[in-house]
Amino acid sequence: MNIVVLVKQVPDSGAERNLTSDDNTVDRGSANNVINEMDEYAIEEALKIKEAHGGEVTILTMGPDRATESIRKALSMGPDAAVHVVDDALAGSCAVATSKVLAAALGTLNADLILCGAESTDGRVQVLPHMLAERLGVAALTGARKLTVDGASLTAERQTEEGYEVVSAATPAVVSVWDTINEPRYPSFKGIMAAKKKPVRTLSLADLGVSADEVGFAGATSAVVEHSKRPPRSAGTKITDEGTAGTQLVEYLVTEKFV
Amino acid sequence: MAEVLVVVEATQAFGVKKVTLELLTLARRIGSPSAVVLGGPGAAAELAGKLAEYGAEKIYAAESEEIDGHLVAPKATVLANLVREVQPAAVLLASTQEGKEIAGRLAVKLDNGLLTDVVDLDADGTATQVAFAGSTIVKSKVTRGLPLVTLRPNSVTPEPAPATPGTVALEVAATEADKLAKVVERVAEQKGSRPELTEASIVVSGGRGIGNADNFKLVEEIADLLGGAVGASRAAVDSGYYPHQFQVGQTGKTVSPQLYVALGISGAIQHRAGMQTSKTIVAVNKDAEAPIFELADFGVVGDLFKVLPQAAEEIRKRK
Repeated sequence: MNIVVLVKQVPDSGAERNLTSDDNTVDRGSANNVINEMDEYAIEEALKIKEAHGGEVTILTMGPDRATESIRKALSMGPDAAVHVVDDALAGSCAVATSKVLAAALGTLNADLILCGAESTDGRVQVLPHMLAERLGVAALTGARKLTVDGASLTAERQTEEGYEVVSAATPAVVSVWDTINEPRYPSFKGIMAAKKKPVRTLSLADLGVSADEVGFAGATSAVVEHSKRPPRSAGTKITDEGTAGTQLVEYLVTEKFV
Repeated sequence: MAEVLVVVEATQAFGVKKVTLELLTLARRIGSPSAVVLGGPGAAAELAGKLAEYGAEKIYAAESEEIDGHLVAPKATVLANLVREVQPAAVLLASTQEGKEIAGRLAVKLDNGLLTDVVDLDADGTATQVAFAGSTIVKSKVTRGLPLVTLRPNSVTPEPAPATPGTVALEVAATEADKLAKVVERVAEQKGSRPELTEASIVVSGGRGIGNADNFKLVEEIADLLGGAVGASRAAVDSGYYPHQFQVGQTGKTVSPQLYVALGISGAIQHRAGMQTSKTIVAVNKDAEAPIFELADFGVVGDLFKVLPQAAEEIRKRK
């Protein structure tokens, strides 16, 4: 099975993150940039499927030059190769344009299965799997907590608000995964060394036949008008329990009309 | 007045979701709300009363087994055809997994911009979003096409505005590609009478400090006494104390209730990402240095197993 895993480099969600003041984009320059956490689960799932059914795992990333670090990190977990879509004109691309570029790149990769994380920790938009499926005319199974591959048939279990659903589709398909699906492996020393030699092919917009005015700021379908830091919440009353804190807590809730 | 399409979400247990009522309320700022019901046969009739009560001037009903038996693709196709036909002033959906997925497909079909997780929307289409774990406020506009927006639950207070809508049946013409992802089985899990987590006005969450799965009964007891939903931190879920579907935070649900009660939760940034916009925050933790206290309007430093039973007793007395 030919599997492509989408990997996004994002600013570390454990640290402070900002938008830049000059072009209203995510400030990636000053941030510690890491692989989007949920994508590591997609890589793990791809490797498990390859181990069980054979095939090849390719990482696909769209991002600036420095996303190379995340690509090598991803490869150190075990995938075979990577494709990096990199072009200065891509800066500022909205989700609609991003899906156009990734769909064009996927068009050159002949994937049976496209795996990705269910959301990124920066945008948290969760729409990309369906946007890609729409463009590619393939099925999308999203938010999988369990995935079974049987030949060309895919069955996934996904959490819903009322319980869960079992959903199915034939390959080719896009499947996004939650972090409940597996436990990603840590790269081994051997894996880290091997990753340095694995092929990483770069593709530009020209290679993909996408025009620069369809992407980036020029082709954006939405724009940030303004942004500001939210005033931090200020801490209120803090008491230490001396035997009556439970009662005091309820008194507070009564004052605030919650009881 | 131009129509504003509101895509309806409902559950078996509770009917029309609260977020849909919020959307109808919001839609009235922009134009005339038209509710769009996308479901199996008979879906619209069950929901019409509530939709009318909250101001739907028209109800579009797309009802078909094809919609019920597949994931969101047929819904997006129906909606795209409707948008082309009525040229609405805006299309509003819930910022739920399904709402976002339909919106994503619609954006591609119409080559239209999309704004998700919006907490407020002006009449001119300017949307407010809260980004990066609640630390940044962003105002954005769709610059290509119509305002296509998904609203985060608990952002707007639903206001009744009784109307007498007629129902317009829509043809469901799903393409072959729309039918590729099939629903094999839907399993409803017993959740009792508690409100849905993202819609609840009160959420009571437990963290690692709860200690084990059995002790979560204490969290459930407080939640039930307050009429709230139960949540859990990632640490509690990863430790197997409570199921993942109740996880609040970065890789779980984002909630914005009137009251958030954090019990035995330290308040890592990933947890704060999911609850920071709650109106009032109350925390109980034995560690006085826990970062959750930086956010709490009322914090108790103490032993959960002493504080909670006393609090439960006091609520019972006052009820």
